[in-house]
Amino acid sequence: MRELVVIGGGAAGLAAAVSAYDSGIRDILIVERGTELGGILNQCIHNGFGLHTFKEELTGPEYASRFIKEAEERGIEHVLGAMVIDIKPHCVTYVCPSGVVMEETKAIILTMGCRERPRGALNIPGYRPAGIFSAGTAQRLVNIEGYDVGKRIVILGSGDIGLIMARRLTLEGAKVLAVAEIMPYSGGLKRNIVQCLNDYSIPLYLSHTVVDIKGKERVEGVTIAAVDENRKPIKGSEIEFECDTLLLSVGLLPENELSSKAGVALSPVTNGPVVNDKLETSLDGIFAAGNVLHVHDLVDYVSEEAAIAGRNAAEYIKGSFVEGERVAVKAINGVRYTIPQYISKEAGSVTIRFRVSGVFENKYIVVRKGDDVIKRIKKRILTPGEMEKVELSSVDFNDDITLEVSNG
Amino acid sequence: MIYDAVIIGGGVVGTAIAWQLARYDISILLVERESDFCEGTSKANSGIVHSGYDPIPGSLKAKMNIRGNQMIRELRDVLDYDFVQNGAMVLAFSKDELVQLETLRRQGIENGVPGIEVLDRDEILRREPNLSKDVLSALFFPTSGIICPFSLTYAFWENAHANNAEARLGCDVKNIEKNGDIFILTTSAGVVEARTVINAAGVYADLINNMLSPRKITITPRRGEYVLLDKTERGFVKSTIFQMPTAAGKGVLVTPTAHGNILVGPDSVDIADKECTATDSEGLDYVMRSARKSAPEVNFRKIITSFSGLRAHPEGGDFIIDMPLPGFFNAAGIESPGLTSSPAIGEMVSEMVSDYLKAKKKSRYIEERKGIVKSALLPPAERARLIDSDSRYGNIICRCEEISEGEIVEAIRRGATTLDGVKRRVRAGMGRCQGGFCTPRVMEILSRELHVPMESIRKNNRGSEVLV
Repeated sequence: MRELVVIGGGAAGLAAAVSAYDSGIRDILIVERGTELGGILNQCIHNGFGLHTFKEELTGPEYASRFIKEAEERGIEHVLGAMVIDIKPHCVTYVCPSGVVMEETKAIILTMGCRERPRGALNIPGYRPAGIFSAGTAQRLVNIEGYDVGKRIVILGSGDIGLIMARRLTLEGAKVLAVAEIMPYSGGLKRNIVQCLNDYSIPLYLSHTVVDIKGKERVEGVTIAAVDENRKPIKGSEIEFECDTLLLSVGLLPENELSSKAGVALSPVTNGPVVNDKLETSLDGIFAAGNVLHVHDLVDYVSEEAAIAGRNAAEYIKGSFVEGERVAVKAINGVRYTIPQYISKEAGSVTIRFRVSGVFENKYIVVRKGDDVIKRIKKRILTPGEMEKVELSSVDFNDDITLEVSNG
Repeated sequence: MIYDAVIIGGGVVGTAIAWQLARYDISILLVERESDFCEGTSKANSGIVHSGYDPIPGSLKAKMNIRGNQMIRELRDVLDYDFVQNGAMVLAFSKDELVQLETLRRQGIENGVPGIEVLDRDEILRREPNLSKDVLSALFFPTSGIICPFSLTYAFWENAHANNAEARLGCDVKNIEKNGDIFILTTSAGVVEARTVINAAGVYADLINNMLSPRKITITPRRGEYVLLDKTERGFVKSTIFQMPTAAGKGVLVTPTAHGNILVGPDSVDIADKECTATDSEGLDYVMRSARKSAPEVNFRKIITSFSGLRAHPEGGDFIIDMPLPGFFNAAGIESPGLTSSPAIGEMVSEMVSDYLKAKKKSRYIEERKGIVKSALLPPAERARLIDSDSRYGNIICRCEEISEGEIVEAIRRGATTLDGVKRRVRAGMGRCQGGFCTPRVMEILSRELHVPMESIRKNNRGSEVLV
């Protein structure tokens, strides 16, 4: 029996494996479905990665290569082109060109990442021609394969990948006509709005969505319209764009079909596993970190989080894991969710990551234990696109914790 | 060369005719306007093998439906298509509908539908706990089933081809003339000569018929829109759930598909444009609203795609299967239950054509066709053996549907030249991410196997190149 199987060799999987190794675990296998380690970072050739971790601006492949090197230096085993088809506590089954392999293991870390929401999930009406790409698919075709996906482009959704691709395609000579966002605020990082749209004079239409796609074989045009407060299109507000391509950057979904099949309890808000402060899921010996747990905007935080999962998986494997009583972490009043959702009473110090459900200016994040305020942090601006965190140190977690956005 | 039979249309009806006609010792050419089979009405419909309660007794529809249903149930192991006999319910929600339900039951019996059951509310909810608690009664039709229409069409064609039928794709018929006993077809891909012509041109069957036939017909495209839910919703309903039929059709259904998704639709809108398969938000909203009457909890947050198809609605309402002039045959106006009826239509038309040609059955005929292996559905040991014999079956390309490179290569070997061609044969790109991850990889495999540059890989028809 193996000690640890890490599912996915992207940012989270690598950091989790390295951290488990450094916590004394030697028998580790990373199972990666791609043809190389690094995951989605390999197609993120823009810079801006690693500012927190390495205090320098790296590209995605550079960031990945640092962790790949760390894994290699430690001699951590990995298998490529291997697709996990089944997970049970203490057992992972995968398919690869050499066969069907069943790995019995003491612990599992889920680091499968996320996928993009497709057009269908939005139910955009119109034809279904060629020329409609999710932003990440376009990113792969352009950055990895070196092809052009379109000349005149409209982007729906202002998620980070869409914003990055607006700049990328502009640099490749395409004309990005508009970015439409159904919400009254962007889903991406502020810095990406500035550096990818404003710097290239690409208009961002907030509270707008796509209402029609023209072209039976290839996209010939896209119509956007303003939406009301219920996100329903307003008649008469239509703007038509003549274009050959529509990119969708309309949200990322943690890939938890395997977790769900295994019986891991999932949060309906994050679409990822419900975890405690050790990042252990509802199933014994199964941990989770990175975008499979909740969608991140910065890879640095993925690495940080995965290191926590790796460390705790190591403690679990060594048998020094205490499964004590726990308290709940509740997200209310403007806080959309928290990770973790539970904290064990002996945790002492915990980092809680969370997102807010709207744009808030000059507010406070208030943390309560029971009815007592234990932390209050002033925030000039809070937006759903930016993940937030609070660090709680030396707390006796003897009552439920509540996070909220508050006026004072 | 003068073909004994030219079939116009490579949908489920055209290929079913080719499949049955290939039993005869004649030369057969199927011409299809698009670059693959199953590109028109056959690709976008409910995928239901109807039991036959709905058609008017005595109509061709009734006759073909009952026979087709029986054939599809019997031929599954011979032609290896994706079919599940899951049964269907028709729900009644009011006193009026209870009366209609009884009429429907009698009609079903008159049409020869076997095994009809009347279910009370408790039994309905026991079998289908997610249906509306407002339901009063239902009919259950055990012979009803669900089928993958692509798999049926490809099965018909692959067997026809194994028995020497030929096809010319990308071949649009522009004109037909008759010179003595010979038909001369002018097409976008040259002139074709034939002793008989069979019109299975779907929504264009009126144009084809009207080129030659003294009796003009009109086919109206009747659009139906659908939404498809993720396989995570598998089991939400087990049988196909209908509401009471109206003049406009069998109404909005909620059904599992042969592959385990949940399908909701269609609406029914007559349109003028025979090409307009765009969806609109009113139609999609209507479909979702109507479905909630049957199953209030259906989870539309799990929609993975929506689409629309055009039914070939004939003036007069019944199938048009005839010989309006010697040697020219119609299989026209094949709207619902056309998919179910297709093998029966194939049988009937091939008898008419072979009678006309005085054709004899072939002495050697290949009966069986094997579908492409589905590696993910094999028991682990068998899957391991398959990967052992060809490691490409261990290289998973489509992660949502777990489709391997081996299956994609086999789809290409059997005629797929486009992303949609691959998708419809082996379901790569059919899952919850809708090709987000596998599109570039399937394109690479197509490019490699067909020896063509990536830039020429298309989604489906000419003009649908993925890259620019």
